[in-house]
Amino acid sequence: MELICPAGTPAALRSAIDAGADAVYCGFNDETNARNFPGLNFSRDELRKGIAFAHSRGARILVAINTFPRASSVALWQRAVDDAVDAGADALIVADIGLMDYVARRHPGQRLHVSVQAAAADPDAIAFYVETFGARRVVLPRVLSVSEIAQITREVSCETEVFVFGGLCVMAEGRCSLSSYATGKSPNMQGVCSPASHVAYEETAQGTTSRLGGFTINRFAPQEAAGYPTLCKGRFSTEHGDGYIFEDPVSLDATTLLAGLRTAGVAALKIEGRQRGRAYIESVVRHFRRALDTMEDGSEADVGSLKPFTEGQASTVGAYRKTWR
Amino acid sequence: MRPLPLLPLQLVLGGFLARILKRNPGLLDRLGDHRRARFGIRPVDLPFAFIVEAAPPRLSAVRELPPGLDAYVSASLANLLALVEGRVDGDALMFSRALTIEGDIEAVLALRNAIDDAQLDLAAELALLLGPLGEPARRSFELVRDSLAGSPQKAR
Repeated sequence: MELICPAGTPAALRSAIDAGADAVYCGFNDETNARNFPGLNFSRDELRKGIAFAHSRGARILVAINTFPRASSVALWQRAVDDAVDAGADALIVADIGLMDYVARRHPGQRLHVSVQAAAADPDAIAFYVETFGARRVVLPRVLSVSEIAQITREVSCETEVFVFGGLCVMAEGRCSLSSYATGKSPNMQGVCSPASHVAYEETAQGTTSRLGGFTINRFAPQEAAGYPTLCKGRFSTEHGDGYIFEDPVSLDATTLLAGLRTAGVAALKIEGRQRGRAYIESVVRHFRRALDTMEDGSEADVGSLKPFTEGQASTVGAYRKTWR
Repeated sequence: MRPLPLLPLQLVLGGFLARILKRNPGLLDRLGDHRRARFGIRPVDLPFAFIVEAAPPRLSAVRELPPGLDAYVSASLANLLALVEGRVDGDALMFSRALTIEGDIEAVLALRNAIDDAQLDLAAELALLLGPLGEPARRSFELVRDSLAGSPQKAR
């Protein structure tokens, strides 16, 4: 199985490759990718240099152009496709049907991956992308069990890629409007879930209060581990008490499921976190490189060593070991 | 015990900052619209703090951070140094509550990402700044850095 690693900066890209990434995914510094955060991402020149570096080390670069173009500015997304192809990207990760059509028609030889943002979670949806646009791989949403992944992988004629670590989005990806509702900025069209411009933290004796777009979404006691300021991980007060309604602040860690994912026929394992620093990239990539190597020689994987990097200092295998329906 | 005079510290660190920014122009590019932001940096284990501006480069050492700065960042000195050198992940420090930020979060993120990409080596920068005294300064800095609480806090 290939190890697909995130990079938000050229330095992170080099760290990922040094740590053992088979491929690195990254995006341009604009609205065309789903991690459009300040100080992050690549200029055209940086991407070109990053691809040259990766290829010199035998690694590949996958360019995420995985937001949904607005009707008034489709050219921005099409230019991103043209520039990524021109820079020598090994694959494009795309979510929007119109943009996939553009890739297939304008750059018929370009390898195309269906982004997790497309929320393609069943064989029929995936078959449509394969048959219509020639997609070679689909990144599956983080809502499927390992047995469901195995079933889908058996039925589709393209490769499947799944997340093994990092932020855990339990929504219909690419469709979630929680952050848009609170901030007026869209994760799906502008690439900003919980944009930093709308996040506020307040430190008081009671702890840290986090707000998004004026909505109080959590208050962490002074010694309590914290999570991202996203509404899906907000702690709400209802008539039943205080608690997390959608999702706890917790990160996915599928280290213990790698063998099962291999048996399921998965082609690639993805680490989330283009917004994270080099220290995260280096440690998490190295961990999974080692876990894959030890799986090959039959020894035990090192479980739990990534806890310091997890949201809420806690991890889960999420829907992979689904016990609910 | 008398408090440390801050002016000499301010002069040395101001020169240090200017040199780092000159040698890493990409840092200002990544700061983008936030290059003129005023950041209050407070090492929680020291009796003073810093006001840092990137453009033009300016660093002030103060006993207390004034209100009205664009953003405030607090952590132990070990964690702040580790963050600047990319040895710890900023989000992980936030999750473990070893880092607190207030004010313009967008400016802080831009600063964090710009610094992380710059791959700064503070000991090497210090050595370059101090010329013939550079090597002993580098060794002293590394000794102090490595002795700070053993290592940066990565998790509780």
